[in-house]
Amino acid sequence: MLKTRIIPCLDVKDGRVVKGVQFMALRDAGDPVEAAKAYDAAGADELCFLDITASHEDRGTLLDAVSRTAEACFMPLTVGGGIRTVADIRTLLLAGADKVSINTAAVNDPDFVARGAEKFGSQCIVVAIDAKRTSGPGEPAAWQIFTHGGRNPTGLDAIAFARMVTARGAGELLVTSMDRDGMRSGYDIALTRAISDAVSVPVIASGGVGGLDDLVAGVRDGRASAVLAASIFHFGQHTVAEAKAHMAAAGLAMRLDA
Amino acid sequence: MNGQTVAIIDYGSGNLHSAAKAFERAAREAGLDSTRILLTDDADVVANADRVVLPGVGAYADCRRGLDAVSGMVEAMAHTAHSRSRPFLGICVGMQLLATRGLEYAATPGLDWIAGDVGPIVPSNPALKVPHMGWNTLDVDRDHALLADIPLGPDGLHAYFVHSFALTPRDPADRVAHSDYGGPVTAMVARNNIAGTQFHPEKSQRLGLAFIANFLRWRP
Repeated sequence: MLKTRIIPCLDVKDGRVVKGVQFMALRDAGDPVEAAKAYDAAGADELCFLDITASHEDRGTLLDAVSRTAEACFMPLTVGGGIRTVADIRTLLLAGADKVSINTAAVNDPDFVARGAEKFGSQCIVVAIDAKRTSGPGEPAAWQIFTHGGRNPTGLDAIAFARMVTARGAGELLVTSMDRDGMRSGYDIALTRAISDAVSVPVIASGGVGGLDDLVAGVRDGRASAVLAASIFHFGQHTVAEAKAHMAAAGLAMRLDA
Repeated sequence: MNGQTVAIIDYGSGNLHSAAKAFERAAREAGLDSTRILLTDDADVVANADRVVLPGVGAYADCRRGLDAVSGMVEAMAHTAHSRSRPFLGICVGMQLLATRGLEYAATPGLDWIAGDVGPIVPSNPALKVPHMGWNTLDVDRDHALLADIPLGPDGLHAYFVHSFALTPRDPADRVAHSDYGGPVTAMVARNNIAGTQFHPEKSQRLGLAFIANFLRWRP
């Protein structure tokens, strides 16, 4: 039986983890390889690197980090941030990424998703959807796509966009609520559910986890196939094992053999 | 098996570096220290290797084009697998390429070493998402040396899958293991000295390292 995945997400800048990882006795909390190894040992099902490096010129350090991580951890790695061309995807895959997450480029040029899927297969093309609720109280729920870390509105309806990129070959959607990101008040379940019900590909819930019940709700109520979280793991509030045990106790199918 | 060489074929497809690292680690942990893992696009190296691995990440047609673009490689693979009867392992699309043809985007001829088509996964339960992505358990159809001493079945270890298409062997005896995903999805095939996995042993942690170690010791 296929299991629900838990995916810790690391923000990487210039090849270093920022927004520190403060759990366990890492020799170097800024080294993505150290953090990845710790999550590998902790039973994470996948790992996500989000490259927030400002300039494209610093990609070399990211590629080095991806390559060293892939050498040390035998679990799937998704890398996102600043991917604009088929050559960018190829370079990351050759460095050791298993999947790439595309955000702004998918908004600017949806056919880029199709080109990536045709070249590398849908299974490695993740489209990251950053959405904000635009409906008022009492109105039917609606969300709009934002880019550039939630700063730039696009006017695109999130559900329609999700359907459109899936039709073009996206193999997975990483759905982040910009309203909830960093708020620790739980995922936007209505958003997660609306997108998961609208598409045939797996959805990863993201943005806003404050506790373990939020992970359960993302899957049970939001119908996500995987849950992504950062701070609850980074700061040692919970271990991945605790999260899995909690989700299993709630009746979700989890991989407990790691 | 002292001094054996394992050729992992580099044909421009996906993440070969981590595959090589997983094989190196499995060899070390299995005490096969003198095993040499060669990441290669040289047909001569493959023609002379003791074991051959065909990895693969990507779209079927694109992978087939990439393989054909390496001069003499398909012939070298056939030489080692068929004339020399050496252990051969295909992984993911590398396994799918062993089939008669792939149906992703356009119908594309495979190597036809294991008869069958690679078609889209259609789960009986429409709520199940495609790609089949993540960790699943394996159900064994028949015993196989590559699965020896690995806890399998619903309470066994997990393997990592990420695919939208699956190989259905024409001869059911070629299917060694499957996973349940709204019906059986082929997880492993084998015929004589040729084997293939839909899952990624190089990404499958404990199960994967044990599987690779079995491959490095396999005497079909």
